[in-house]
Amino acid sequence: MSETVEKSASLIIDAKQRYSAGVLKYRQMGYWDAGYSPKDTDVLCLFRITPQAGVDPVEAAAAVAGESSTATWTVVWTDRLTACDSYRAKAYKVEPVPNNPGQYFAWVAYDIILFEEGSIANMTASLIGNVFSFKPLKAARLEDIRIPVAYAKTFKGPPTGLTVERERLDKFGRPLLGATTKPKLGLSGRNYGRVVYEGLKGGLDFMKDDENINSQPFMHWRDRFLNVMDAVNKASAATGEVKGSYLNVTAATVEDMYERAEFARELGSVIIMVDLVVGWSTIQSISNWCRKNDMLLHMHRAGHGTYTRQKNHGISFRVIAKWLRLAGVDHLHTGTAVGKLEGDPMTVQGYYNVCRDSHTKQDLPRGLFFDQDWADLRKVMPVASGGIHAGQMHLLLDLFGDDVVLQFGGGTIGHPAGIQAGAVANRVALELMVKARNEGRDIKHEGLNILQRGAKTCSPLQQALDTWGEISFNYASTDTSDYAVTEQFA
Amino acid sequence: MMTNPVARITQGQFSYLPELSDAEIALQIEYGLSKGYAWSVEYTDDPHPRNTYWEMFGIPMFDLKDAAGVMMEVHACRSAFPRHYIRLMAFDSTRGVESIAMSFIVNRPPHEHGFSLARQEGHGRTIRYGVHGALE
Repeated sequence: MSETVEKSASLIIDAKQRYSAGVLKYRQMGYWDAGYSPKDTDVLCLFRITPQAGVDPVEAAAAVAGESSTATWTVVWTDRLTACDSYRAKAYKVEPVPNNPGQYFAWVAYDIILFEEGSIANMTASLIGNVFSFKPLKAARLEDIRIPVAYAKTFKGPPTGLTVERERLDKFGRPLLGATTKPKLGLSGRNYGRVVYEGLKGGLDFMKDDENINSQPFMHWRDRFLNVMDAVNKASAATGEVKGSYLNVTAATVEDMYERAEFARELGSVIIMVDLVVGWSTIQSISNWCRKNDMLLHMHRAGHGTYTRQKNHGISFRVIAKWLRLAGVDHLHTGTAVGKLEGDPMTVQGYYNVCRDSHTKQDLPRGLFFDQDWADLRKVMPVASGGIHAGQMHLLLDLFGDDVVLQFGGGTIGHPAGIQAGAVANRVALELMVKARNEGRDIKHEGLNILQRGAKTCSPLQQALDTWGEISFNYASTDTSDYAVTEQFA
Repeated sequence: MMTNPVARITQGQFSYLPELSDAEIALQIEYGLSKGYAWSVEYTDDPHPRNTYWEMFGIPMFDLKDAAGVMMEVHACRSAFPRHYIRLMAFDSTRGVESIAMSFIVNRPPHEHGFSLARQEGHGRTIRYGVHGALE
């Protein structure tokens, strides 16, 4: 690397000098330790920081460690009443970000005593509580986190997990198929249920409420639940398959959410849904409720783009995905790579790994900076949703494998021959591609041919290919792993 | 009479495709064997969506590494139960999975009766639903 980082630090050892009133550099207060070797029980964070002009990157990294653990802006004598060294996070490595002048990767270690067991609210209040508004930094981003096994084991994780989900649904060896009921606003309960019935009977496994479907004047929540469950049961009888529709229980208060969840259970739904905007404590509460009630929990990551998308500031989605696996969700929207929403393919694959691995390996081009042992925590089913269609089936299966829900909303409901035809097109395309892959075919390259040949005996698939075959969203991604541009990947 | 677009029970991996030939079934078996799965043959005359436990046609073939051997079991099951639903299931014993990795139907009755939906009205607007095998 061309740029070098000045790492010499003059830690003040003498206690009297260290605690005399005044302002010290963070690195002098013990928040920088170039020789520190992280313990297996430490939480490790990788921040991308952009110091203000003139601020030394090592001092900035030490400040991040300080402000996300014990430090305040001045020396306090009350530190001396505590085993204060345990409570100080330690920045231990700083490197310039390749090809991004002024940005640095800073590694910070936190002792496990800093955290309350099983609480994402506590972990996040520590790690992202203050530091992102800190003036000496122009910007900061939490890129990745390693949660030690000892801490991971204090979380219950997904209430169901993808393996048990498959057993409950009796669906194996292929991605699951879903669609979001559209239009997302304005349908009456009765009309809404019609869309659900057509999609499920046509061949989808799931239909889905959208993130902002709660209980508005055009459709109150009980009406929606009643009509949706009528559709789900009818479709189950028509196909002989277990079917579901994510009933969004997001509401103004947690009490309202419990009421809606209980009604969903009473009606026999296999799955409920919450939006990420409800907050960490609510997510953990609803997750516990799902565990007690044999319910799948679908997480829609509503709002995440406000803080995950920009590379220089916020939190990477891979960190949010790790927190959500600990907090306990069964489904998580993790991007499509080929659809309408943000996502570089390798970065998106990194999120999938976080959801599904037993042990996530460091993988810099995929943005995974740490090894992560998941301590046998159950696995989250990733969901690919947004601007995808049957003509991309080979790409989706090649990128994501079997353990994923592929959601074709417009790609089902917008089908020229109707919703059932749209669902048939997606299901046939999926089964064709799974079969071909298992037979040893190179689906990434032969995929379109396989679809076109299959379409000769399936007119709904032919119509889907004719309508959307050429559509792709080829925009440059905002959020890529900058490590991908180093030596071997340049 | 099943009213869905393919007019048959749609459980398993390939119910929306034309029936797999024996050669095509063998390719799927080989794929599973290459992944280290153990194949099992199961049959039933009760394909209710919540009927988890179909009858086992012998125990899973943990030591069988050859698709022809699995196909022999499929043929034997078809001869014994020609009018039943028969499925192949592959078991994956990997830590953290320890479940079924593949499942698809390899035999169907000549006529699929499907299911009827029984409704019992409850309080408010609620309805209790029951899916029942149709008699016709």
